[in-house]
Amino acid sequence: MTDALNPKTSFQGLILTLNRFWAEQGCVVLQPYDMEVGAGTFHPATTLRALGPKPWRAAYVQPSRRPKDGRYGENPNRLQHYYQYQVIMKPSPTNLQDLYLRSLYAIGIDADLHDIRFVEDDWESPTLGAWGLGWECWCDGMEVSQFTYFQQVAGVECSPVAGELTYGLERLAMYVQGVENVYDLNFNGLDGDDRISYGDVFLQAEQEYSRHNFEAANTEMLAQHFKDAEAECKALLDFGAKGERHLMALPAYDQCIKASHLFNLLDARGVISVTERQSYIFRVRELAKACGEAWLKTEGGGA
Amino acid sequence: MPDLLLELFSEEIPARMQRRAAEDLKSAVTNALVERGCTYEAALAFATPRRLALHIVGLPARQPDLREEKKGPRVGAPQQAIDGFLKGAGLSDLSQATIQSDPKKGDFYIAIVERKGSATQDVIAEIMPEIIKTFPWPKSMRWGKLSGEPNALRWVRPLHSIICTFGSETETPEIVPFEIDGIKAGDITYGHRFLAPGPIHVRRFDDYVSKLEAAKVVLSTDRRKDIILHDAKSLAFAQGLELIEDDALLEEVAGLVEWPTVLMGSFEERFLDIPPEVIRATIRANQKCFVLRKAGSNTLANKFLLTSNMIAKDDGATIISGNEKVVRARLSDAKFFWETDLKVKLEDRLEKLKSITFHAKLGTQHQRVERLIALAKELAPLVKADVRKAERAARLCKADLVSEMVGEFPEVQGLMGRYYAQRQGEDASVAIALEDHYKPQGPSDRIPTNPVAIAVALADKIDTLVGFWAIDEKPTGSKDPYALRRAALGVIRIILENTIGLPLLQHHINADLLAFFHERLKVYLRDKGARHDLIDAVLGIDAGNDDLLLVVKRVEALDAFLSTDDGKNLLAGFRRAANILKAEEKKDGVIYQSTFDASLLKEPQEKVLGDILSVATRHAADHVMRQDFAGAMRELASLRPAVDAFFEAILVNAEDAATRKNRLALLAAFREATRTVADFSAIAG
Repeated sequence: MTDALNPKTSFQGLILTLNRFWAEQGCVVLQPYDMEVGAGTFHPATTLRALGPKPWRAAYVQPSRRPKDGRYGENPNRLQHYYQYQVIMKPSPTNLQDLYLRSLYAIGIDADLHDIRFVEDDWESPTLGAWGLGWECWCDGMEVSQFTYFQQVAGVECSPVAGELTYGLERLAMYVQGVENVYDLNFNGLDGDDRISYGDVFLQAEQEYSRHNFEAANTEMLAQHFKDAEAECKALLDFGAKGERHLMALPAYDQCIKASHLFNLLDARGVISVTERQSYIFRVRELAKACGEAWLKTEGGGA
Repeated sequence: MPDLLLELFSEEIPARMQRRAAEDLKSAVTNALVERGCTYEAALAFATPRRLALHIVGLPARQPDLREEKKGPRVGAPQQAIDGFLKGAGLSDLSQATIQSDPKKGDFYIAIVERKGSATQDVIAEIMPEIIKTFPWPKSMRWGKLSGEPNALRWVRPLHSIICTFGSETETPEIVPFEIDGIKAGDITYGHRFLAPGPIHVRRFDDYVSKLEAAKVVLSTDRRKDIILHDAKSLAFAQGLELIEDDALLEEVAGLVEWPTVLMGSFEERFLDIPPEVIRATIRANQKCFVLRKAGSNTLANKFLLTSNMIAKDDGATIISGNEKVVRARLSDAKFFWETDLKVKLEDRLEKLKSITFHAKLGTQHQRVERLIALAKELAPLVKADVRKAERAARLCKADLVSEMVGEFPEVQGLMGRYYAQRQGEDASVAIALEDHYKPQGPSDRIPTNPVAIAVALADKIDTLVGFWAIDEKPTGSKDPYALRRAALGVIRIILENTIGLPLLQHHINADLLAFFHERLKVYLRDKGARHDLIDAVLGIDAGNDDLLLVVKRVEALDAFLSTDDGKNLLAGFRRAANILKAEEKKDGVIYQSTFDASLLKEPQEKVLGDILSVATRHAADHVMRQDFAGAMRELASLRPAVDAFFEAILVNAEDAATRKNRLALLAAFREATRTVADFSAIAG
């Protein structure tokens, strides 16, 4: 293995190793969804595919945006844009825990040396109308993944249940590379002049987006865009609901994703009061639920 | 006598649920067995992160035989009745029934049904699937292929295998055959996830425990706790340190490991500048590690103890360094927050409170602080607090909400306010008030005792209650999202435990909210053992019942009074008067008022009562004014001979209508007199 592909020395090597591992477990290896989302779960390959009776296995990297977590590039552990590695398997296989542990081994975490633990953490996404039971996976006291058996998504009972794994890639890479500042991560695995760090790739972006998220984003425009996305989502759902089958679940769901991200931006700008917050979350959840129902009337949803 | 071994092996069970689940399993299985006639000698239940286990000792090999007599119809009854009887008793014809003679009812049929007891093993096989399917987990889930089926098995996390063996010590126990959602009961378990993951064949409890131990699983939670505590203490001792014990953390940590291995890590000395509570909260909440202090002192050491689940190849060096890295990152955050926060004075943070909504209908935190200032100033004299200090404390009490530290660790709100106040040289009682005004947080939390803290704590809770009452967000049923019951209980405890007289109606509280306080007071006093009816009797008198301290004093005085002869007899006299009044008032359709005409009183016994009644009532009222309830009761007790004599000699329902009316008015006056201390009609017994 060259340094460029070594998961212990290269951020991209870590990603490629996980891709290879999960490809061998029969997952389709997808590319990131081309929209701004807060977590890998929002990718329709998880949210929508978790619904309905059809078996499904996928793995992908999802860039995730959490506008509020921006720290102007000054915090060694916090980013407003980071990568999640997401695995979804429906129905959840009996040996999912073992597969997960083997994936850790593949990226250089040897269970003989480390203390790996499954610590209770029930997952809930109020905006997606979703919940599941599972754990935070700890490696030597650090949370490196989230492990969830989905019970409900978009307000619909999962039947059968999907298992979801989410790896926080930067944190995992920091651990295997042994660095304490995310910007010091070796991105391409090379040394000397050829070395490219995570900071080389993302530091400027973190600074600029932190300014954008906290100071500059036009809140009136964001609020209007939220309303637009909400209205468009409903309009598309109506448009696609003309026959037995629903014809527009995916485009409608895109608008739900948009609304969710706009809400996160408004939240970061600090213009949402506590009660308004509840109402925004409720409105996004209603969109997610309607999209989930529409999905169940499509071929992918098993109709 | 045979024993039962049961193990339910699953993916990791949340630590907080394990102990309860083991007990639930024990009671579910033993109850079901006993219901079916299978009694036992002893039962023990266990839990680890991956298994629930149950050992039942001394079960019978068979269920006892059952003999039941079923009574049938009389001989010669219609065929329909006879057929029904035969069917119900499971007989094919009448020759299988016996005939019994009864001297009154004549001859009738009787069926004797004898059922052979089943083998206990079969009973177990029959009850287990239902017990597993209906297990009372606080939260359970579906998983895997079968999760799409209706009535799919639910468990706390995926269930993988079941051991169920039954047999006596002298024989090889047998597997109790049952199956649930494709999982067949067997005699195989698995050891530690990493140290001994292979299958283990077990026979009964004895070899189960020892084989698990050999496979690096300590079955008993209490033994795991002992190991952790013992190892933690000796590791600490070796370094000249003392473990800061934490039972809740110990219980949780014991539920996270099957093979506890305690390791010591350290962090840089420079982090010790951070308040020790913050260090402890960070390390405890995020890392589930124990902190240490230097032996014989209160100073925190720069060490922590982690409990791993591994015997690592490198003796834990990697594990320790990984944990240290996380602790360091957490403490770096905390230190950064602490130092950043110290650069800003608390009063300079107030402006920021304007951007925080307390509740959409109740304004911002800044507006709330303005209300707290006014209320704390108003309450300060009543609780003997310095008004200026109370004002200052109220002004600063929410400032730490916008500090970095509280933003990150909400659980240290208040505490950080105190630290920042001390650092910026605030008065000591102001600093204390910033922390203590949130107290008590629950029935077992300590209450503030510093007068300034009391003033702000009361203001904080009363403002919350008055506010949510005003916007009609009262608790309903089990829903109390703003913890208003806790706030009311807080006010009650602060008032009573600090003996503060506070007439609530004079401090923004309306009658409806007062009724809520009364409800909480009743719950509080009942828990303390006070008589429910006496509380009602005291609360039944409107005057003064908004001063909760007085209410309690009255209840105590009433309780003492009613245990004396005078008290009992006066109560008897009251009841007699009240009953007569009730009957006559119903008859006449009026409520008699206490305005009797002294000139119409003719008989000596009624004259005496009339004379002393007005005197005693006035005196009792004077005592009540001075809050001397025992004195007021003594006054009422002085009525007793006159009341007794009245009932002895006087016919209330006199022929002359005017006399009758006047006597009823006299009784009404007596009834009214008792109301100076309590509503006697609420007293039970």
